[in-house]
Amino acid sequence: MPPVIEASVVRHVARLSRLALSEDEVTTMQRELSGILEHVDLVQELDLSEVPPTTHAVPLQNVLRPDEPRPGLPLEEAMRSAPDRQGDSFGVGRLG
Amino acid sequence: MAELTDLTAEEAIAAIGAGEVSSVELTEAHLARAESDTWHSFLEVDRERALAAARRIDAAPERPPLAGVPVGIKDALSTKDLTTTSGSKILEGFRPVYTATCVARLEAAGAVVLGKTNMDEFAMGSSCENSAYGPTRNPWDLDRVPGGSSGGSASSVSARQVPWSLGSDTGGSIRQPAALCGIVGMKPTYGAVSRYGLIAFASSLDQVGPFARTVRDSALLLQHMVGHDPMDSTSIDLPEPIALPSRERLDGLRVGVIEELMGEGVDAGVRATVETALAAMESLGATLHPVHIPHAKYALATYYLIAPAECSANLARFDGIRYGHRTADAHDLLETYERTRSEGFGPEVKRRIMLGTFALASGYYDAYYGQAQRVRTLMVRDFDDIFSEVDVVASPTSPSVAFPLGERTADPYTMYLSDICTIPMSLAGLPAMSIPCGLSDGLPVGLQLAGPALSENRLFEAAHATELALGFDTRPGGTA
Amino acid sequence: MSDTRWEAVIGIEIHAQLLTATKMFCGCRLSFGDDPNTHTCPICLAHPGALPVTNAEAVRLAIIAGHALGCEIPERSVFHRKNYFYPDLPKAYQISQFDEPICGPGRFRYLSDDGEHWVGITRAHLEEDAAKLTHTGGDGRRAGAERSSVDFNRGGTPLLEIVTEPDLRSGAEASAFLKQLRQTLVQLGITDGNMEQGSMRADANISVRPVGQAEFGTKTELKNMNSFTFLERGIGAEIARQIEILEDGGSVVQETLHFDPVTGDIHSLRSKEEAHDYRYFPEPDLVPVVPDRAWVDEIKAGLPELPVDRRDRWRSDLGLTFEDAEVLSESPELAAYFEAVASEASPKSAANWVRGELRAQLREVDQEPWESNVTPSALAAIIGMVEGREVSMPNAKAVLAEVVEHGGDPAEIVETKGLGAISDDSELVALVDRLLAEHADQAQQLRDGKDKLIGFFVGQAMKATQGRADPGRVGELVRERVHSA
Repeated sequence: MPPVIEASVVRHVARLSRLALSEDEVTTMQRELSGILEHVDLVQELDLSEVPPTTHAVPLQNVLRPDEPRPGLPLEEAMRSAPDRQGDSFGVGRLG
Repeated sequence: MAELTDLTAEEAIAAIGAGEVSSVELTEAHLARAESDTWHSFLEVDRERALAAARRIDAAPERPPLAGVPVGIKDALSTKDLTTTSGSKILEGFRPVYTATCVARLEAAGAVVLGKTNMDEFAMGSSCENSAYGPTRNPWDLDRVPGGSSGGSASSVSARQVPWSLGSDTGGSIRQPAALCGIVGMKPTYGAVSRYGLIAFASSLDQVGPFARTVRDSALLLQHMVGHDPMDSTSIDLPEPIALPSRERLDGLRVGVIEELMGEGVDAGVRATVETALAAMESLGATLHPVHIPHAKYALATYYLIAPAECSANLARFDGIRYGHRTADAHDLLETYERTRSEGFGPEVKRRIMLGTFALASGYYDAYYGQAQRVRTLMVRDFDDIFSEVDVVASPTSPSVAFPLGERTADPYTMYLSDICTIPMSLAGLPAMSIPCGLSDGLPVGLQLAGPALSENRLFEAAHATELALGFDTRPGGTA
Repeated sequence: MSDTRWEAVIGIEIHAQLLTATKMFCGCRLSFGDDPNTHTCPICLAHPGALPVTNAEAVRLAIIAGHALGCEIPERSVFHRKNYFYPDLPKAYQISQFDEPICGPGRFRYLSDDGEHWVGITRAHLEEDAAKLTHTGGDGRRAGAERSSVDFNRGGTPLLEIVTEPDLRSGAEASAFLKQLRQTLVQLGITDGNMEQGSMRADANISVRPVGQAEFGTKTELKNMNSFTFLERGIGAEIARQIEILEDGGSVVQETLHFDPVTGDIHSLRSKEEAHDYRYFPEPDLVPVVPDRAWVDEIKAGLPELPVDRRDRWRSDLGLTFEDAEVLSESPELAAYFEAVASEASPKSAANWVRGELRAQLREVDQEPWESNVTPSALAAIIGMVEGREVSMPNAKAVLAEVVEHGGDPAEIVETKGLGAISDDSELVALVDRLLAEHADQAQQLRDGKDKLIGFFVGQAMKATQGRADPGRVGELVRERVHSA
């Protein structure tokens, strides 16, 4: 069976996911995803045009929070895990 | 008195109440087993923190309900100042600034957090082999997996490192390892336990629940976790408090036996053991009825579209800016992102992110994610129909007993099949639990019981009576 | 558009920060200009395991706005995740709305000097704002910056995004529309509308087509214009750019553009990682909002008069000009103040005084009319005395200055300070005669036809009477008496 997913799609999806894949990894991923998709493609055989989607099994609505301030984090706690602290801000390096 | 680590939580609370033992002594005994961790149940044991909590409880004028009994916490739950990695390199050494609601509630009720248990990275896996910190081993056979993703939580209870622990279940991650380790594992109704502080895998499916060696212990732990949390919009109040089950008979209980989960794909030994357990239920007065999940064959496919799709977004926050691993010397933002994430995530996580991104991508959404959400509706309807005729349903929890380490790692889809019995209930948000019901080839087999939404108490009663009748010995052969 | 062959088609997307106390999905306070990262929590920093909970007030404000925009409020609205990576977006998805927004289609009416206009509103939806990125090194802008850093204080601020139909045809129209939309939202307390601080931002979708053609041309999106002037100029520049391309036989490329207000240049924002596919899907951490219908109706019934309706009324009932109506409805407080004055004095004079002398005097003391010592009744009283010729204009201004400083009843001030107009004509005749005699040279020049000198004599008379003379009457008398003297 030919792969259901093209290498170019794998590369596109990797970019959207912000994952760097080597060419070898693209090939492996292509094979594995194709294998999985072969199985999950099963859902295509159902005609569900009349069936509404379920996003939550237990339906709820209108869960809202009063607009009341809550104490936030002290700066030092907010920043304590920052890999690249720049002053009191989170460094992101060079953008591009 | 027996070994302190052999006590159930209920027995330990009674012993503390009677002044026979202190929380500190109980905690020390469990710490000793947690620290000599043959099974690699724990990623982190915090002796000082645990003992400090035990001392506080011992010194308190009034004993809290959980009396200072130690608990193991799956590393997917955020614990303030206690390293939390979700089994991933990308969170190596991460010290959260807040504690998950369910953990905070247990601590407030007097549970002592002993440490964080091992798991498949970001709860993605069925064997605990996807942990970035090495696999956990099954206390019944060290060459076999404990199941997953909450493998460490299951093995820690089985190996008597703690009397109980917390896990999380997205497609079976509590029930399946409970079955493989011969203990009780319970996934409550979606929303019954707050997800605030549970590191998300698939938000619409994730649920926190207890592991214990008895049904009553698992009910007791759940009792102190449930209830609406203003921090989780999807959390709900149960219609009645969780009660400790006490019935010994099952007269009039209609048990639906799920035909689709009793045939092909389930090992013969597992099936036979489950059938024996079902017969035991019948002898307690329950009636057995064959029932069908007409769309059962679509459940796995549906799950492996929905869960990866949600995870692809949930794991996008791991970008190396606010916390976690950050690659060195990237030239630009794109490279920072791609290298940080590629270095930080393991292969299964990457696979699922890729699969999920694909399922949501433009041009594929309707065919995959959209379609899966509709199949989910059918699954909910299937169960609605079933529960119009029976009170609970029963099936094996896992199609096989614990399998050898490495056996299913080569082909992702083979591993995914480990969850075929547990996924249907996850998709429908139902409460479901696994109780040990016998051995096959010397390894534990789990009986899965599930009920309609919010039927936790009914489920505990059914499980408790069955457990008593079966008299399963939860002590693994190789533990002592 | 002066071009007769081409027609521009413009739709606007407005992002307005809502005037809530806390963020959209967490309890952190909204702030502007505070120290970086001092208003954060696990939720708005997207720590593992943290979950959003919707701010009820943001929902309420969105529904108010929806009513003001003439929108339907659907039975149900749903949040979606909009997925993309950027350092100012901590979850790497923005919680927004997609196919089920809080406000459905509507129509917004605005007035300009050439009459009434309607702009179709496609939708308005709730979402969370991004955090603030700061660039250092290079010239401080994104391109060429050596490093960037993030301050999450603003991250998670509630936004209402309003999307219009492509009903606008020029930068000037877009600007007029946006001004009145802004005024409406500000007056309803939905946003502070501060464009410079970024609490209201506008993007424009612009295309050009030959006049008479029904189909739209290819559109571009012009981003983040932070003033009405920039909006108008940016749109104008982009229309010109597109026409030039089309006239040269080229075709417009669909892209996102940035207008540089300093240079007037338009440049593309695209970069290599911007292969956007937002992968919207329903936010599983939140549940649908299904507003109670009675509550929705109650909000609608409780809406105050909208600025556009007030302007209509003022123009038809009070006879104000378009400009008077626009200026006086700038804020609800000013509008209320004006209405109170106009209820006790002639509306036209009330408009002139409020816009003119009152504002000028209050500017000196940095006060707004409604918070000053000048009650609407006091101002109306002054206006009444001027119109009844009981006090001269200069003295009326002096009375006003007194009220501005100390408050009090204008009539009493006139009385105690003796500022009342001289009502006895003979007194004025005597005065004029005296002045003509004292300034014989000027009187002679006036007789010789140097009419300007009437002003000189009026000035002298005002000085001599400490402003109590009616300058008009003095002028008349000077003309009369200069020849008889």
